[in-house]
Amino acid sequence: MSGMSRIVKTMSNIIFPFVMIFGLYVIAHGHLTPGGGFQGGAVVASACAMILVAYGSVWTMKKIKEKQLSILESLGAIGFIGLAFLGLVFADKIFFDNFIMGPNGIGIIFNKSAEGLSNINTAGVLPLMNFAVGLKVIAGLFAIVLVMAYATVKVKEVE
Amino acid sequence: MNKRDVLAIIFLTVVAVFLIYSAIMMHPFGVPDNSEMDDHIIDNTQTEVGADNGVTSVVFDYRGFDTLGEATVLFTAVAGVIMVFRRLKK
Repeated sequence: MSGMSRIVKTMSNIIFPFVMIFGLYVIAHGHLTPGGGFQGGAVVASACAMILVAYGSVWTMKKIKEKQLSILESLGAIGFIGLAFLGLVFADKIFFDNFIMGPNGIGIIFNKSAEGLSNINTAGVLPLMNFAVGLKVIAGLFAIVLVMAYATVKVKEVE
Repeated sequence: MNKRDVLAIIFLTVVAVFLIYSAIMMHPFGVPDNSEMDDHIIDNTQTEVGADNGVTSVVFDYRGFDTLGEATVLFTAVAGVIMVFRRLKK
């Protein structure tokens, strides 16, 4: 798939940062407002898919390879499962325990008790898990779209 | 009328009877039978988890293991798509 016209490229250049910021906002405020890692990741991945449609998959594949995206996705998965296993080490020693919150929690940066609700530094492990899942969904969905678009390119266009 | 039509009519009648029966016997909206778990989560989300968003606190704290399975499904789907659509080097 080759790129589209100059109008489409310009418009997607203008829209891209807004969609990106909205998606990252949904991920970062997942424990306060509706949304979370999955939803915000889908928004950011659709912004990347818009750039992919506007500029074509050959151009996009030169900028970022699907191998890098799968490394990012694996990093997100390792972060998620690592946070789950850290619950076995700290606090109540339960798998998937919220080890930062609670009476036995280790409140490092986050509030230990339910003070200052609707601030960003509440809810313990939830924002971190949101970031891990968000990274995973962004990289995973963009890798799917990129690989499927690149598979339709003819061999001559690549060389 | 051949055999296929008769079978289709019987199947449609059975499905329609079950659908109409379940529509008549439908549970009233907003009145669950067992509401202990919902009430506990709605009342204690802010003190136990400290999150304002109850849905996220269920997804990542109360039912974290379920989310692990969800993430595994996504990971498997991405791995499968990348494997199917890879470019073979000559």
